[in-house]
Amino acid sequence: MNFDFSPEQKAFAEQLRRALQKASPLREARACLEGSSRYSEPIWRELSELGALGAAVPEAFGGSGLSSFELCVVAHEIGRALAPVPFVSSIGLCAQALMRFGSDAQKQRWIPGLAAGRLIGTAACAEGKGELTPERLQTELRAGQLHGRKLSVLDGLSADLAIVVAKDPAKEPVLCLVDLHAPGVVRRPVESVDPSRPLAELVFSGVAAEPLGRVGEGWEAFDDLLKRAAVLIAFEQLGGAERALEMARDYALQRHSFGRAIGGHQAIKHKLANVFTRNEVARVHAYWAAWALATDAGELTLAAASARVAATDAFAFAAQENLQVHGGIGYTWESDCQLLYRRARLYALVIGSQFAWKEKIVRALETANAA
Amino acid sequence: MDFEDSQEEAAYRAEARGWLEANAAPFARRNAELKADPCARLQVGKAWQALKARAGYASITLPREVGGGGGTPLHEVIYRQEEGRYGLPTDFFGIGLGMCIPTIVHRGTEAQRQRYVTNAIRGETVWCQLFSEPAAGSDLAGLRTRATRGGEGWVIEGQKVWTTVAHLADFGIVLTRTDPTVPKHRGLTMFIVDMKTPGVDVRPIRQLSGETEFNEVFFQAVRVPDENRIGNVGDGWNVALTTLMFERASAGKGLGFAGSPEILRLARQVDLGSGPAIDDQRVRERIADMWINEQALRLLSARALTALSKGEVPGPEQSINKLVEASHGQQAAYIAMDLLGEAGALTHAELGDDWRKIERSWTWGAAMRIAGGSDEILRNIIAERVLGLPGDIRPDKDIAFNQLSG
Repeated sequence: MNFDFSPEQKAFAEQLRRALQKASPLREARACLEGSSRYSEPIWRELSELGALGAAVPEAFGGSGLSSFELCVVAHEIGRALAPVPFVSSIGLCAQALMRFGSDAQKQRWIPGLAAGRLIGTAACAEGKGELTPERLQTELRAGQLHGRKLSVLDGLSADLAIVVAKDPAKEPVLCLVDLHAPGVVRRPVESVDPSRPLAELVFSGVAAEPLGRVGEGWEAFDDLLKRAAVLIAFEQLGGAERALEMARDYALQRHSFGRAIGGHQAIKHKLANVFTRNEVARVHAYWAAWALATDAGELTLAAASARVAATDAFAFAAQENLQVHGGIGYTWESDCQLLYRRARLYALVIGSQFAWKEKIVRALETANAA
Repeated sequence: MDFEDSQEEAAYRAEARGWLEANAAPFARRNAELKADPCARLQVGKAWQALKARAGYASITLPREVGGGGGTPLHEVIYRQEEGRYGLPTDFFGIGLGMCIPTIVHRGTEAQRQRYVTNAIRGETVWCQLFSEPAAGSDLAGLRTRATRGGEGWVIEGQKVWTTVAHLADFGIVLTRTDPTVPKHRGLTMFIVDMKTPGVDVRPIRQLSGETEFNEVFFQAVRVPDENRIGNVGDGWNVALTTLMFERASAGKGLGFAGSPEILRLARQVDLGSGPAIDDQRVRERIADMWINEQALRLLSARALTALSKGEVPGPEQSINKLVEASHGQQAAYIAMDLLGEAGALTHAELGDDWRKIERSWTWGAAMRIAGGSDEILRNIIAERVLGLPGDIRPDKDIAFNQLSG
């Protein structure tokens, strides 16, 4: 039994943690919040130099040829640092999709740039309110040209390329690959709850696009893509939840009321013990999903959905209770509580809300416990 | 990262599995047949324990010199997993071999080790742990059972409660107050007591579930020789902490609560008005919520095994195990009962033997939120020892026990 990251993976985490601390991620996140940048270019460059972005990309495509365990480590540390970088869009969604469904030519063309951080990728899925279904999908790939509107797209303004979920003229869902600098792409920034991880609207009017993967298997591919990205997002969420607990703990030791540090009052102690409990539940589910992702285990569908649900719950709870422990000061613009509170909510919604992911859990359980 | 045994672990598991295959079946069968007769079941349990001891599978982590298996905590867990498949009468020995005997091995005298340890490991004696009292539960150090010097030894007066297997026990370890003139933690002393000593009166407690697993134990002028003292006079609190450390180490064995297989089966059978309940989104969301805790328990135990496998002490994640598990029992039972609608109020007498697991999750879930450290005490432990938050204000801390009010 060895349900843990390896010593080398832990050393990599430690190295990332130190590098991220030095890069003042909270200041960078605040810069995004104030509208002066869309993501932290210095941190993105740093991650690239450390080999973090291409960790799981084969050496032939410019990566380090490690495994998705290392990707999970990277996501975890980005989450802990609250670093405002397009990791889950570019690597979790776009690079993973290309590695999985791309032709050799597509991989050759795009993956080295993504692995080096020279290019930023994303996935464009949702089309407005509610959950995307094959029936409600409007965006269409017709004779190699894409038509439609995607709202909202994570890092849609910064991205150079996107995996777009569309349908073909026969209404068969298909994933396609789009160069976002091509003519016919219109991007619009949209206001959202967490400007440190900005969203955009993308409108495609006859944009050149090529299919990714086999026609007729588009929805399965989309599902597969989401669950793999969900594992990395869960690690970012877990990191954020840990950070929120630390912040709350530190404040509870420093702030005094009724004659002692508020962390000595059971109302606060028990609150933070509950946060710790949910964080640990999220941690074991995330680790399980990391194992399933790296080994392509049959449980991946269930493990990824479980990790997603547990991490969403833990991050939301930790961020909300961290703000609560801070009291009024936690509700100010200057406080860092808002950075966590915003990130927790955004990440609870990108790639679909708890409604969708809990449903995925139960479907997987039904399969596992066939009638 | 993997969930596989190491080579050495796999070899140990294979050996244990082979030994159990060769030996366990008749004992498991007798145990099932004698379900209603604890005394007869105890005899089967004693015979099973003796057989285990000869093979080195009893008290696996205690040294061979005292009759243990000379193995590691991981061996113990692996053996327990394998033994757990059979339904064997091991329940009489959990407290004694899990807590009392390790305390004697670590804190007792050489004479006590000689006299008590090996025969307990062989199942010849049953032990109970006499700590909690009616007025001292979470605040254990506030206990009132007195031990005073008398003749050659000590005289014990008082009352203990929630004492598992006391009605069958030969011996117990009892935490007493020997000096009420000092603050509460400092005036305690631990003794071994022969449960057949005159003045020891064991009365079963009927629980909410209708079962009787715990007892009240009354001490009226019970004489205990000084040679039965464990540790120094006044050092009982530290000795008790040793015992409780072993309690935590043996926790997390899995309480056998209902989970997704049972709930899915029920949800497919019953109709909530618009077809099978399994198709109802309200039901599906509750199943997903339950699953997160259910699976977390398996994964937490994999984390603990990993630590043991590396020769480390399981980390803070283990302190949340019981918090999650007890509530999970209640959560699973509520879903099952709600699925049946009004019929959910019926018992296994109407609903069949399968329903016992749901009832057990409902009743024992409530018990386990209290036993072995209540939810509230565990949250304090997490807050203080894991998160480093300050201890509670303790108005009684520096006050002599006999000066306390209330």
